[in-house]
Amino acid sequence: MEIKAIGCEPLQLKLMHVKDGHTLKVYKDHGGYKALEKAFKMAPADVIEEVKTSALRGRGGAGFPTGMKWSFVPKETPKQKYVVCNADESEPGTFKDRYLMERDPHALIEGMIIAGWALGANTGFIYTRGEYKYLIDIMDVAIAEAREAGLIGKNILGSGLDFELYTHTGAGAYICGEETALLSSLEGYRGHPRMKPPFPAVEGVYASPTVVNNVETLTAVPQIINMGGTAWRDLGTEKSGGTKLWSVSGHVKKPGVYELPMGYADMEKFIMEDCGGMLRGDKKLKAVIPGGSSVYIMNAGQVIGKKVTMDYEGLVAGGSSVGSGGFIVMDETVDVMESTKNLTEFYKHESCGWCTPCREGTDWLVKIFNRISEGGGRPEDAQLMLDICDNIEGKSFCPLGDAAAWPIQSAIRQFPEDFKKWLVDKAQTSGVTANV
Amino acid sequence: MAAHTATSFTDKVLVSDEVAEFSPEVIDEMKAHVAKYPAERSRSALIPLLFVVQRERGGWLDNPGVNFLAKFLNLEVTDVWETATFYSMFNLRPVGRHHIQICKTLSCKIMGEPEITDHICTKLGIHPGETTEDGKFTVTMVECLGSCGTAPMMQIGFDYHEDLTTEKVDKILEACK
Repeated sequence: MEIKAIGCEPLQLKLMHVKDGHTLKVYKDHGGYKALEKAFKMAPADVIEEVKTSALRGRGGAGFPTGMKWSFVPKETPKQKYVVCNADESEPGTFKDRYLMERDPHALIEGMIIAGWALGANTGFIYTRGEYKYLIDIMDVAIAEAREAGLIGKNILGSGLDFELYTHTGAGAYICGEETALLSSLEGYRGHPRMKPPFPAVEGVYASPTVVNNVETLTAVPQIINMGGTAWRDLGTEKSGGTKLWSVSGHVKKPGVYELPMGYADMEKFIMEDCGGMLRGDKKLKAVIPGGSSVYIMNAGQVIGKKVTMDYEGLVAGGSSVGSGGFIVMDETVDVMESTKNLTEFYKHESCGWCTPCREGTDWLVKIFNRISEGGGRPEDAQLMLDICDNIEGKSFCPLGDAAAWPIQSAIRQFPEDFKKWLVDKAQTSGVTANV
Repeated sequence: MAAHTATSFTDKVLVSDEVAEFSPEVIDEMKAHVAKYPAERSRSALIPLLFVVQRERGGWLDNPGVNFLAKFLNLEVTDVWETATFYSMFNLRPVGRHHIQICKTLSCKIMGEPEITDHICTKLGIHPGETTEDGKFTVTMVECLGSCGTAPMMQIGFDYHEDLTTEKVDKILEACK
């Protein structure tokens, strides 16, 4: 598996191939914790301003401007404030945060302390998915090292900031990547999302002001402070600042984690050259899901020769979105209806059951997929599924419902022939005559 | 599906009022988790503590273990079950000593998961969701574990095994004692 930067100097990936990059010593040798010192010389409001200038947008999937999120936290409040890192990385196709935490844990710690300084928060939690237990162990060691060095605790580096940082484990629930569900889980409850407003910035964990940021978002913060918001933004585009990690999996020769400047020209070149092209030379590209499973699937025609720019605006124009940056590349051997069925099973399994449209809708979608699979497809099934999706999309309590609907809507739209063929073939192999 | 597979939660689960006991070392470990959270928010430690109990009770959450946690955190027994039943990593019935969790989500699926699953299940003579008679292995199909670039993959206990081939699987299973 490849881990490298293309079209820019490695920033997020700077220490990925450095021996013992996970240790405090090596991190410091490479300029680590310089940003923290610099931030301590700035007023907290100026740190937030710098992050705003950088045009950093949340890297977990929603892409919300980070500086703006930070500015929603009330300045004057008698309550304790919290910084929470969302390391629940569970979006199918996404595996970038894993490597950041495994090989560069101090970047995350530094980012969280700076966030603590900017927001006036004294406690941080790193909420990591339970399956990543080995990463929790790595983070615990790194946190202990930082505490030993006086980087966590009372009056850090004489700044007057007290900041404590703890790891917290999830236990296998995709929904806990949704920030309010994560907070419920952090409090020891089922991972049900909460009503917004109040937003976490006002009432988050323990009903206190809380900022929840993805790992990659927080590890970008020291870079922004080091080089300045403007310089960092200019690595990317005006609206999508900096660099972005893309997790690439599926039918390419070189899957891996790639760091690209935002606005990298041409998704086709990225797949066909940077990722080594198709895994099997004789098989053509059929489909790409560019942002983790929860975004629109693209067919080859939307990618080849279309010069799709890899940033927030470019991918929307290309017919999908950045999401979490989880690229799943599929060649012509994949039946897009089978792949969509697979993802729908995922959403059904991961629906938290809190709201009816998502809980019942995903269940019915899987039932219909299964019926078609067993040869009982009906001509009206495409419309039936689109109707169910329409009853979920925008009507569920949290975005998981939308995420379940989008793959199906886009698959039927971009691969109508696959859907039709699926109905007929499944019916024929089961001996039932289809009427399509 | 659940009604006729061995993963059904409604069969063979014994309800008892017995309260499990743990060694002083384990109690200390639990207290260290509780200490991370504000005193009046000790419920935050519930998920980390459920993992400790699961490990200490032979890989699953039995009634005595859950009853202990309710007392330890000053919660109702139903509060503990409410959380425990939500998360897929908590086993509500016994599992084998080696819990094989095969990722079935898209990237693994298209990179050879079906072949790996077939191989493992044939070799062990069980279906997904079942445990071998000697109690050594349980096979479970799970959703995305974040190893898409090194697909197909499985997790045994907490250990990741990636870039799987049938030969590699054979070696891994042989190493399981």
